Amino acid sequence: MAGHSTYEPQNAGAKWLERRLPVLSLVHGSFVAFPTPKNLNYWWTFGGIAFFVLVVQLITGIVLVMHYTPNDALAFASVEHIMRDVNYGWLMRYLHSNGASMFFFAVYIHIFRGMYYGSYKEPREIAWILGVLLFFLMVLTAFMGYVLPWGQMSLWGATVITNLFSAVPVVGEAITTWLWGGFAVGNPTLNRFFSLHYLLPFVILGVVMLHIWAFHVAGNNNPVGVDPKSDKDTVPFHPYYTLKDLFAIVVFMILFSWFVFYLPNYLGHADNYIPANPMVTPAHIVPEWFLLPFYAILRAITFDIGPIPSKLGGVIAMGGAIAILFVLPWLDTSKVRSANYRPVYRFFFWLFFFTTIMLGWLGSKPAEQPYIAWIQFFTVLYFAHFLIVLPVLGLIETPRKVPDSINDAVLGKSSDAA
Amino acid sequence: MEHTDTAEPSRRDFLYIATGAVGAVGAGALAWPFIHQMNPDASALALASIEVDVSAVEVGQSITVTWRGKPVFIRQRTEKEIAEATEVPIADLPDQFARNANLEDGADASDANRATTGKEAWLVMVGVCTHLGCVPLGEAGEYGGWFCPCHGSHYDTAGRIRKGPAPENMLVPPYKFSSDDVVVIG
Repeated sequence: MAGHSTYEPQNAGAKWLERRLPVLSLVHGSFVAFPTPKNLNYWWTFGGIAFFVLVVQLITGIVLVMHYTPNDALAFASVEHIMRDVNYGWLMRYLHSNGASMFFFAVYIHIFRGMYYGSYKEPREIAWILGVLLFFLMVLTAFMGYVLPWGQMSLWGATVITNLFSAVPVVGEAITTWLWGGFAVGNPTLNRFFSLHYLLPFVILGVVMLHIWAFHVAGNNNPVGVDPKSDKDTVPFHPYYTLKDLFAIVVFMILFSWFVFYLPNYLGHADNYIPANPMVTPAHIVPEWFLLPFYAILRAITFDIGPIPSKLGGVIAMGGAIAILFVLPWLDTSKVRSANYRPVYRFFFWLFFFTTIMLGWLGSKPAEQPYIAWIQFFTVLYFAHFLIVLPVLGLIETPRKVPDSINDAVLGKSSDAA
Repeated sequence: MEHTDTAEPSRRDFLYIATGAVGAVGAGALAWPFIHQMNPDASALALASIEVDVSAVEVGQSITVTWRGKPVFIRQRTEKEIAEATEVPIADLPDQFARNANLEDGADASDANRATTGKEAWLVMVGVCTHLGCVPLGEAGEYGGWFCPCHGSHYDTAGRIRKGPAPENMLVPPYKFSSDDVVVIG
């Protein structure tokens, strides 16, 4: 993160601290003087937006725990207590539950931005891998958080997802029993999910720091995809991007507030306002919207593949849909980063985007035809994008001429300045 | 000369490796309590057996009881349901094993093997779909048995999977009729 600081401590206190722990120059080098490409567009603000929402989740979460009770007999009532009795409890809970959706919304845009502009390519592979790890940790955290209110969707969502592990050959049964702490999802499960739901956001915070560190070593990617070559290509992070990010965060807060104050339950499920009942399964179990594409892929495998039964096949496909993102930097064989200069890739990028949207929509539909056939079709497209399109395209596509520098692109010296 | 510079491993090298190895074993042994604490505790294991009075269950009726935190279906089946289940050739079943904890592991999924001798009308099974653990709905589905609303598994009147993603027949728990009217489960 450091290495760009021109920071000179001015007063005696700062000098004293700087000699002992140079944290001020570290912050100055990383978030004040840090040379940032001058052509970053608004898609680049979603990293900062995601960080803002993470902070919102941490603060509202810590406050909610002051009023919540992690016990299967009391959890549901304690959430209602937060909603009805606690001062501004409704606001804290609606910020937190909608904040999860906002977090995923911002991170999905952030991921698609990275894919469009090739931000995962050399030398930013580690930053990308840490990002995929962050996404996986977010999924785990969100899943466990949804269990805590102990409504019908909490219980049965937890049951369905933990049962995925029973697909593992030989030890599957032992793993599920171990996860539950019993013979079904119950009080021990609720307690351990609560413990981990409190822990994981701090792990996420730590990995976010590594993520920022990793892309600060190489510097930001940018819409042109050419690294800065001189001072003409960059501006200091502060005030140019601190204020741009802050403006984007304020605009994002309008969307956030719209959900919190006008549609607080739109993204949830009515069934979760029914207390958990281990004897009755709701008619239609659906995960939260941000997990739907993966839920669809889980249900795509309705047939046995050789010795792999369909249940295990579905679990492998769903895990593979996330796991394949880890190796994306090595599946894409093109040296050109930005899709602005890759007309064929640009088409496939939007096809991939459409594929994930369709999988999300299909994931919310019941497990019957014709939805299953469409899910299978789009699951093939999803994996084909990584395993066929990206490796082959880099070899056969003729990219357009890439500008010599960011400055040239900004001044219009290339045919297609981003 | 440093002992690490010698060509031959010294007694000190051996002691380093032996110390490290013992330390690794110790760390591994210490990890086990932290893993095992998540397994079912003594209070969960204590709920292993229940007694159910089924004298009020008429032909064609079912009740659901809780055993180890899971629903158990107890159904007194009609003649028609038993006949339908008996007629199906074993070879037509996706899962050809009885999945009956009271029988040998390899027992086939005949209707008689799903019930118990002398009480063929009674079906006692864990009401948990073998796909992803939802509770199926009774007297539903294409085979008149059970239907799981989560991912569309159809079970027949003997609780055997017939269609859909579930891999196995619903499990028959260890049970016995201690008298004509009382079932002991577990």
